Amino acid sequence: MNARAARAAMIEVDRLSVTFGRGRAALEAVREVSFRVEAGAAFGLVGESGAGKTSVLRALAGLVADWRGRMAVAATTLDRRRDRAFYKLVQMVFQDPYGSLHPRHTVDRILAEPVAIHRLDDAEERIRWALDTVGLGPAFRFRYPHQLSGGQRQRVAIGRALILEPRVLLLDEPTSSLDVSVQAEILNLLTRLRAERGLTYLLVTHNLAVVAHMCDRLAVMNAGRVVEELTVDELRARRPRHPYTRQLLQASLGYDREVAAQLETFD
Amino acid sequence: MTATPLLTVDDLWVRFPGRAGLVEAVRGIGFEVGREKLGIVGESGSGKTMTGRAILRLVPRPGRVTARRLEFDGIDLLSIDERSMRRIRGRRISMVMQDPKFSLNPVMSVGKQIAEAYRAHFPAGAREARERALAMLAAVRIRDPRRVYDLHPHEVSGGMGQRVMIAMMLIPEPDLLIADEPTSALDVTVQLKVLAILDDLVTRRGMGLIFISHNLPLVASFCDRVLIMYGGRILETCRAAELHAARHPYTRGLLESLPWIDRPVRELATLERDPAWHDGPLA
Repeated sequence: MNARAARAAMIEVDRLSVTFGRGRAALEAVREVSFRVEAGAAFGLVGESGAGKTSVLRALAGLVADWRGRMAVAATTLDRRRDRAFYKLVQMVFQDPYGSLHPRHTVDRILAEPVAIHRLDDAEERIRWALDTVGLGPAFRFRYPHQLSGGQRQRVAIGRALILEPRVLLLDEPTSSLDVSVQAEILNLLTRLRAERGLTYLLVTHNLAVVAHMCDRLAVMNAGRVVEELTVDELRARRPRHPYTRQLLQASLGYDREVAAQLETFD
Repeated sequence: MTATPLLTVDDLWVRFPGRAGLVEAVRGIGFEVGREKLGIVGESGSGKTMTGRAILRLVPRPGRVTARRLEFDGIDLLSIDERSMRRIRGRRISMVMQDPKFSLNPVMSVGKQIAEAYRAHFPAGAREARERALAMLAAVRIRDPRRVYDLHPHEVSGGMGQRVMIAMMLIPEPDLLIADEPTSALDVTVQLKVLAILDDLVTRRGMGLIFISHNLPLVASFCDRVLIMYGGRILETCRAAELHAARHPYTRGLLESLPWIDRPVRELATLERDPAWHDGPLA
């Protein structure tokens, strides 16, 4: 325990709450969520739709206005507004690679944009490196998103996230819209990149098998709260403590008439 | 497999004329469906959705469907006229699509839509149709059917919308239900509840079910038999419980490329696509 505490935290989230809307229509999407992710680790946030997992990720990325609590990345506490240095450190990959790439921009322009925003002068070198790193040849450089397959588009999105050489990737269901054989390629790419570059991952997904494959630890969310934090080994050994996690795990293992009859609603 | 199949498909083709010539979405497949849960699995572009649509003659224009035999309960589905087809569609063979948002009427309450589906096929008064619709909403595990009856599609969650769709498709008590990724957009716990409803209809009422999905583990645990499609063809057919022992290299490759909760691997296997899967011999 002491050895673990001694390792530096890359992401710290402390009593984070996120609210959407005001007054009576206000919805508390995230309620006092806390967790920390060590440098170089992969941490999973799982739960069903509406659990608040994506809101946590978006709050970290600076895409949510109304939040309370404390968040820190690389020992720097985050302000309301994120500066350029933050995005050099933290990048995000979204679920739908088609929606997150500009349809009228070539891969070249998509990759060049962050380099220009950060006023780096080695765009040419970085674009070549990014394409090579995500396993796309130079032939893809002047194509448009609609000329690419789903897996190739997600490789471009990962390349764009990597081009500034961040230390943290926020991954929001990065393979949920892909066929299983393509999912395997993208997950292998992400695994390799983390090992090679010492990246820290925060992975949001509803797929427990993907979390088990990619992460060391995970937090299970329901109705805005973290109901339980556990290691992937505990998940694999089917030893979750909270009944919600146990039910989620059972339901994820496939169809079982008995399990279906006993499902409960947790609020 | 029952003695007399509900549906017989033999040498079914779906072709689309395109700029670069004819695109063949389904290429000469054959199978039978009894009063069982038949899974059709495959990746995008495998032809699984077009197979489901072809059975109901719902392939969009300019697609063309041909078959040596496409027979449902002794009826030749390819030769009957559109009026006869309409009496089968919905009433005897029904279809649930993936996304309820595009299949429900946005300006009519969900309860009315279910009641209307009932009256479209049975001579019933408004009150009887309403009672039937309420009973059907309860059957798909909607907790407060009276409240939900009056909601409009935009007021229900994705999971509830999908259950409303299923209620609407099941109220005429079809003999065969074609469900195209009916639970892919649902949370796992809701998914399980919806599958239990379908399961009961097959085991208790003897309905036939064609369950189209990309989710191999789910199909393996839910269905009785599975067809594996690739490039418009059925590469392999097996008992669902024995899918893990599938023989075709494509099926094996798909299974090995999946992460599993209780089987850790350092790296996932990736699929090397063999051109022979497109035209070569079948398993």
